[in-house]
Amino acid sequence: MAEKGSRAKALAGGTDVLVQLRAKRYLIDRLVDIKKIPEMNELTCTEQAGLVLGAAVPCCLIYENQDVSRLYPGLIDSAFLIGGIQIQGRASIGGNLCNAAPSADAIPTLIALEATCNIVGPKGKRTIAVEDFCTGPGQNVLKDGELLVSIHLPPPKRNSGAHYLRFIPRNEMDIAVAGVGASVVLSNGKIESARLALASVAPTPVFATKAAATLVGKEANEEAVLEAAEEAKKAAKPISDMRGTIEQRIHLVGVLTKRALNKAIARAKGAE
Amino acid sequence: MSLKIHVRTTVNGEETEFLCEGRQSLLEALRDILGLTGTKEGCNDGNCGACTINLDGRIVDSCLVLAAEAEGKTILTIEGVASIDGLHPLQQSFLEQAALQCGICTPGFIVAAKALLEQEPDADEHRIRHWLAGNLCRCTGYDKIIRAVLDAGAVVRGAK
Ligand SMILES: Cc1cc2nc3c(=O)[nH]c(=O)nc-3n(C[C@H](O)[C@H](O)[C@H](O)COP(=O)(O)OP(=O)(O)OC[C@H]3O[C@@H](n4cnc5c(N)ncnc54)[C@H](O)[C@@H]3O)c2cc1C
Ligand code: FES
Ligand code: FES
Repeated sequence: MAEKGSRAKALAGGTDVLVQLRAKRYLIDRLVDIKKIPEMNELTCTEQAGLVLGAAVPCCLIYENQDVSRLYPGLIDSAFLIGGIQIQGRASIGGNLCNAAPSADAIPTLIALEATCNIVGPKGKRTIAVEDFCTGPGQNVLKDGELLVSIHLPPPKRNSGAHYLRFIPRNEMDIAVAGVGASVVLSNGKIESARLALASVAPTPVFATKAAATLVGKEANEEAVLEAAEEAKKAAKPISDMRGTIEQRIHLVGVLTKRALNKAIARAKGAE
Repeated sequence: MSLKIHVRTTVNGEETEFLCEGRQSLLEALRDILGLTGTKEGCNDGNCGACTINLDGRIVDSCLVLAAEAEGKTILTIEGVASIDGLHPLQQSFLEQAALQCGICTPGFIVAAKALLEQEPDADEHRIRHWLAGNLCRCTGYDKIIRAVLDAGAVVRGAK
């Protein structure tokens, strides 16, 4: 891959790259099936070490895994939303991240869950936070010859919960008009820490740190949630397109942030 | 680049070999190289499900799989759904319920629904609709298809 530079691309589930190649979005000389690399298929999930998710593991293997379902229901929300069953049999979370679509349904969840990317290239290994991975629509920090090998999710903290949801015009199989991923850690009914990330409202997924910061130290109640939702709306810098207007998207960010936080809080309290 | 790739795979229970180009999809290989034209092309970009096949036990859109990826895999297409004993309960109930008009979507629906009924013959309407959300039909309005799958489920689990 290093030899071909930008004329080579990785193939995971192919649900983005094959569509884009067919649409002649770019021309390449080589497609490398990374599913043949064992590390790309790793799926190890324990309470002590967290989750190591090989970059090519398809969504279906993620939501069928009992340990992942128990420890990371927020990630399951995303894996279950990407495409229909046929797509979920192939599409990977690693591909969703590398494709770096502003609308990608897994990226806000990964940011909310403090995930990091394990990258390998000709010059060795490096690790970066998911929130620093995307640099523009379809653009990421990977240099020629570099591959995402796996995504690491730290072990879930005690009394923590996460949730991702999106708004689409249909019931299934559509691109998010807006999406919100949230995670919270509670301590004696108060919010100890929180993370929020937004989809489809900027050229890259948005890590809404200010909105999350408004929650810290507050009682986990409606008032705190509403304040964070208002602040999240300010972090959204959307465009108007065929799927939604600026006003609609900003409004949606408010509604979705509220719902994502309420569900994350409920999960942190032990509810499903 | 123009060198052909040799692929060995099992299609509908038979060991099969073919030569394909690197850029060819499995859908093209099935239809144009192997002559299995039961699998249909609708959108060629993963949206319609007309090209649904079963690949190693999972349903996938064959337009979004490269033919070369089939190496060593086990494939089931619509041609392999009926047995020597006759039509599969799904095929029978699609006919009885008139769950097709033009028929382009039908092979995809049947291959997809078969995978569901194998693991969950008692799937309810909600589950069936969710499972089949990746299959589009422009003619029937879906209700007849859902009813056909519900009926076939009853046959598969011996309740009918
Ligand atoms: C019908 C349909 C519905 C869809 N619905 C949704 C949806 O609801 N939500 C959503 O978010 N997405 C959706 N998608 C988009 C797509 O399915 C997802 O983004 C999916 O997660 C991509 O994963 P993949 O394994 O198929 O990636 P691929 O297509 O294999 O790869 C995607 C990109 O990442 C690069 N890449 C992949 N793996 C690596 C790696 N390890 N290192 C470096 N680069 C890599 C590839 O070169 C390519 O550029 C849909 C697509 C289709 C066709
Ligand atoms: S032809 Fe493959 S999904 Fe439409
Ligand atoms: S019967 Fe014509 S598309 Fe379904």
